[in-house]
This record gives sequence, C-alpha cells and structure tokens, in this order.
Amino acid sequence: MSDPIVKISGLNKWYGDFHVLRDIDLDVRKGERIVICGPSGSGKSTLIRCINALEEFQEGEIVVDGIELGPNLKHIDAVRREVGMVFQSFNLFPHLTVLDNCTLAPIWVRNIPKRDAEATAMKFLERVKIPHQANKFPGQMSGGQQQRVAIARALTMNPKVMLFDEPTSALDPEMVKEVLDTMVDLAGEGMTMLVVTHEMGFAREVANRVVFMDAGQIIEANTPNEFFAAPQHARTKLFLSQILR
Amino acid sequence: MSDIASSSFVRQDLLTERPAPVKTTGFVGLMRTRLFNSPTNILLTIVGALLLWFTIVPSVRFLMVDAVWSGKDRAACLTENAGFAVGACWPYIQAKLPQLIYGFYPEAERWRVNLTFVLAVVLLVPLLVPRLPAKGLNASLFFVAFPVVAFFLLHGGGIKGFGLSWTAGLLELFDDSIIGAGQALLSSSKTSAVGPLLWLVGNFIVLVGTAIHWLILPLTWLRDQIQGAGQSVWTDFAVTAAVVCLIAFGLGGGLRAGGRALASSIFAFVAIAAVIKLMGLDRGGLPVVATNLWGGLLVTLVVSVTGIVTSLPIGVALALGRRSTIPLIRIFSIAFIEFWRGVPLITVLFFATYMLPLFLPGNFSVDGLVRALIGIALFTGAYQAENVRGGLAAIPRGQGEAAAALGLSWWKTTSLIVLPQALRHVIPNLVNSFISLFKDTSLVSIVALFDLLGSLRASFSDPKWSTPSTAFTGFAFAGVIYFIFCFGMSRYSLFVEHRLNAHRRN
Ligand SMILES: Nc1ncnc2c1ncn2[C@@H]1O[C@H](COP(=O)(O)OP(=O)(O)OP(=O)(O)O)[C@@H](O)[C@H]1O
Ligand SMILES: [Mg+2]
Repeated sequence: MSDPIVKISGLNKWYGDFHVLRDIDLDVRKGERIVICGPSGSGKSTLIRCINALEEFQEGEIVVDGIELGPNLKHIDAVRREVGMVFQSFNLFPHLTVLDNCTLAPIWVRNIPKRDAEATAMKFLERVKIPHQANKFPGQMSGGQQQRVAIARALTMNPKVMLFDEPTSALDPEMVKEVLDTMVDLAGEGMTMLVVTHEMGFAREVANRVVFMDAGQIIEANTPNEFFAAPQHARTKLFLSQILR
Repeated sequence: MSDIASSSFVRQDLLTERPAPVKTTGFVGLMRTRLFNSPTNILLTIVGALLLWFTIVPSVRFLMVDAVWSGKDRAACLTENAGFAVGACWPYIQAKLPQLIYGFYPEAERWRVNLTFVLAVVLLVPLLVPRLPAKGLNASLFFVAFPVVAFFLLHGGGIKGFGLSWTAGLLELFDDSIIGAGQALLSSSKTSAVGPLLWLVGNFIVLVGTAIHWLILPLTWLRDQIQGAGQSVWTDFAVTAAVVCLIAFGLGGGLRAGGRALASSIFAFVAIAAVIKLMGLDRGGLPVVATNLWGGLLVTLVVSVTGIVTSLPIGVALALGRRSTIPLIRIFSIAFIEFWRGVPLITVLFFATYMLPLFLPGNFSVDGLVRALIGIALFTGAYQAENVRGGLAAIPRGQGEAAAALGLSWWKTTSLIVLPQALRHVIPNLVNSFISLFKDTSLVSIVALFDLLGSLRASFSDPKWSTPSTAFTGFAFAGVIYFIFCFGMSRYSLFVEHRLNAHRRN
C-alpha cells in the first residue's frame, strides 16, 4: 500500500458554537476514489472544503501530498496547487470564454506562456468532449457542458487530488450522465478523487470506498459492495433505505 | 362518408393580393397605431407637440434665426442697430473664445495648451476604439507619460535632479519632520504636567530621526556630489536609470528571464531621456505659467480629467477596503467614505483651498489648483467607492472560491475575476458620477479658479460687449459645450457596456 496522499487526522470544526465536523480521521491513498454521502447538513461539503482550505478549522491536521495544513492555514497556496475542485454550481467565470477559463490559472499561477497554456487547455477540453465550444461564454452552454468545462478547468492545473462537491445535483437527468461519464473516465486514468454525491450508481461502479457521514462525523466507511449489501450502522441503513427506494 | 367529403376542399382560383383595409404602415399608419390610437395617446401626443413647439421653436429662433452672426462690438447686437429683436450675439462668443478656452494663459504660450489638447486626443482616441492594438502601451502612455508631459507643457519649468535627488529629498523631508516632531515634544515637555513622559518620547523620536539621518547619509551625500558637479540632471538620470534597470532585471527573473523586463525599462528610460531633451527640462524647460493664469475650458478639462482618472482607483481601493476582513482597513475606509459623502463639495473645496495650508508643515505649500484637484478626486472617489461596492456585492461568493481553489492569490482573484465583473455591472453608475463630476467642476470658480463657467461670467463684465442678450448667449454656449462632453461620455459608456456584456447575451 502506498502512503496516503491526503491524511486527515483529528479534524474538528465549529461554526460559532455549532460543532460541524467532529473528530474526522480519513486517509486517502494515491489513486483511490472515495465517495462521501450522507444526509443534508451532515458536513460533507464542509469536510471537502477544508481539504483545500476554503474553510478554516480549529483542531486537527490535514496533510496533502506531504504538505501540512494546520489550523493556522499555512501553506494554503501550496495545497491549493495540488488540489482541484469542482463545485455544485460550476462557478465558471462568466466574463471569460471557456478557453480563458481554462488558461487563467496556468498563466497566472504557474506562469506558463499563453500558447502552451492554450494547447494544454484544448487537450483537456477534448478530454471532456467539448473542444468545439472553446470560444463560447459559459452562459451560452448547457449545465452539463458547463460542469465539464469546470472539470477541465480544474485539470489544467495538473492536480494530484480532485474534489467534487455534488457535481451533478444541479443538473437535469440527461446531463447528469455526461458529467458522470467524464468522471468515470477520469477515475479510469488513476486520478485520486473525493466525491460528495448521491449518485449511488456511480459509487458502486467507481468508488474504492464509500464514506457515510452524519451529524459531522464519519459513521461508516466500507467498500461499495459491503456498504450497499451489508450496512452496519442503524443510521446507514435508514439513509440507504431512503435513498435506494 | 359524406362528412368527410363535405370537409374536403380544393381551391379553384388563387386569391390576388389586396391592400390592408386600414393603413398600418407609413406616416398615416404611425399616426393611427402609435400617436392617436387611444384617448390617452391623443392627449399625450398633443401635450408632446405643444412641448416641442414651446421649446424647440424659441430655441431655434434665439440661436439661429434672430441671432447676430458678425460684428465688432456690442453695437452690432443692439436691437436699435440690428433692426429686429436680437437673439444670440455670436460675435461676442467669437471675441471671447480665447478667454473661454485658455483663461488668462499668456497669448504667446497658448500653443502649449493646444499641443496638450492634441496630445490628449491622439492618445485618448486609440484607447477608446477597441479594435486598435497595443492597448497596454497606449494606456501607460496616456495614464503615466501624458500627465507628466502635460504638466511640463502647461505649467512649464524644468528639473534640477532626477530619481536619486527626489528620493533623497523626500527622505530628508520625512526625516526632518520626524526630528521636528520630536523637538516640539521636547519643548512642550518643559511646561506640561506629564513632562518627563513627553521628554522621554521626544528624545526617543529625535534619536530615531538622527538614526535615519545617518542611514540616508550616503544617499544625500551622493546627491550633493551630483548637484555640485555640472550636468547634474544627466548624471542623476544615468544613476537612477542604472539602478532601476538593475532592479527590474533582478525582479524580472535575473539572467534567466529578466531580459524582457530589462529591455522594457531601458526603453522607458530612453523615452524619458528623449522627452527631457526635447522639452529642454534639463535647461529650465518652458517658461513657467502659474496656475492662477489658467482658465476656461482648460481648467474644466484639467480638473475633470484628473478627477475622473484618479477617482476610479481611489473608489476601487476604498470599496475593497470597506469589504476587507482586516478591521483597521475596513474602519478607515468606512470613515473615509462616510466623511466625504457627508460634506458638500463646496465645503471640501473651501477647506482644501483656505484651511489645508494651515495644517501643512510650514515649508510645504501646494498649488491652489492641485489642492482643488485633490479635494475633488477624494470627494468623487468616495462616491465611486459606493458604486463599486454595489458591483462587488453582486458577485456570487462562488466566484472568489473557484478562483481561490485554482490557487489564485487574493490580488489576482480580485483583479482578474471579481473586479472585472463588478465594474461591468456598475458602468452606468460610474459614468453617472463622471458626468456629475464634469459638471461639478464649475464649483471651482468659488475658490478663485476660473473654469469655463467662471471665465464666461468674468467676460460678462466687459462693457464692450454688454448687451441684453450677452448673458443668454454665453450660458447657451456653455450649456452646449457641457452637453457635448456629457452626452459623449454617456453614449460611449453605452457602447462599452454593450460590448463588455457580450457574455450575457446568448
Ligand atoms: N457559513 C456557515 N455558518 C454557519 N453554519 C454553516 C455554514 N455553512 C454551513 N453551515 C452548517 O453546517 C452544516 C454542514 O453544512 P454542509 O454544507 O457541510 O452540509 P452538507 O453535508 O454539504 O449538506 P448538503 O447535502 O445539503 O450540501 C449545516 O448544518 C449547515 O447549516
Ligand atoms: Mg453540500
């Protein structure tokens, strides 16, 4: 077994007096795909947003590829360069074309010359199957296309880990599939992925481990087969019975 | 069966085209469908027509039909001599035009004003036309080089040193004021109740000042050497250029990638040298024309262009400061904005002109025009800050988060993602403030600066041209000038808005 690329230990976070994350311990090995699920408000988004320091936390430690992220959030920039993120609401930059969305960070963060950045961006746009729309603005595309651009945009930075926060829950059913297909492809290429999703089909097909969260804690973590076939905890059973009706 | 048969139909003769029974096109159609199609519309049409009749017709009569177009003095514009009720007296404007444009700027030197206008237009027009290339160079020429050149053109005068002397002078001034403050404390410690404390603090400050004095001694010594030798400007220039080029080279990436930075800084210095040589700045430059001689459109444009160009960055900085998470910056921004928004511009101008000199250190005087400029820039900046803040508030939080997740720093996120979107949202508000700034420049006449309106009113008192219609003609003329500038800004902003919001149209 290789060393964990993301190592979360003793993570605790409060919003004011509200204890959102409680003693989270989670190791993610290189190339591993983890699906995080759980009822609404259980702290899934908060957890993965802590990994790339979009949220600060009060206790514990997160180590990403050997870079340590403590409560005082040193090394934020170094960590963010290793971690790509895809949001529920896409968050593309509406004033920039698709291509500029994808070249902005390589040019301004990695100081890559514009030409090279554009070539790389086109490569990734091809991978998510929208090379012909490179000069459109995000507002001129469908939700599924936008989300695929968002994935391509994150990939242009060559992240070692990709975080997905409910990437398909703002999409119509037909578009869900195109985005999930893209993510399956990505998984096939060996990307380390942490995915918050309620797409249990995706979890079964792609995940190495499914992590179930409730009330800010990890209740159960298991391989998809075990998880779906024989859930251990009462809350997991309840959740699965509701979601797999 | 019969049902189906009766509902089937085959046309025998094709119908020919025929005109609509009621005309809906052309002038008659327009009248019918848009102007007189309902009682309310009939009423509105009549009111509108009357309004036009009572405004347009008298204006045209006054400005054109009843106007006097040529003459030598007031006699031409008197009803007795003209033989009809005289409207606008254009020869008066013609005679006073130089004063309205240049104020009391000496006649022999007016080519300098014209040259500045020409330079401004030559640099501004390409900047405004999106199709033309080299926006970066163009913008730096207009926003950095042009103001300096314009200053030496309009004001005149030369330079005695360059970067090194200026830096040394500034540091010296700073140091002197520190020592001065320390000594003031020391002298007041003799009479105060908390004397020992003041004595201690005063001594400490004087000590710091002396330390700084020794620290900058090499610099001031070098300055004195350079000033002592002949050709002081060029020696200083060479030293400054060398130092700045080296720094640019170092920061630009040293031997590996610094070539570009080095080349552009060398280019900049060559350009600066050319300007210095061309304008003879090393030999005293052009004759000085004090700002109290400036007037007319010149002052209006100087004040408004400076105000427009400086107020936007001030506004952006304040708006960002107001949203900052650092309490000190936020409180300062809020206090600053609320203060300037809370006082009328007239008060600001009075304060800047008559009270500011009382607050500044003794040997430090600021030109009257500059004081007004600073006051207006800060005043408008506070307004622009609130406009910009409105735009910032309209940007979803996800934008900043997405940029941060990509590894962009706060500065890059702000300047590449947040501000471009925020400013697009508020172009109408920004231009609204620009337009009101342009018109508010006329308030500077209160503090003894003669802008367009001030010069105009000064010209009313000339007995040579005093006729019943002089004042009306003058105000009509000024109104047209103001309108042209404001309307131009308004139309251009619409164009920009349309263009920049391409992404919002599908
Ligand atoms: N900025 C905030 N301030 C205070 N409480 C917050 C904040 N953001 C989230 N919370 C609370 O923290 C809890 C966890 O939120 P989080 O967004 O992580 O849930 P989630 O598991 O992602 O839910 P969902 O499935 O609905 O996205 C929720 O109860 C939420 O109300
Ligand atoms: Mg969530």
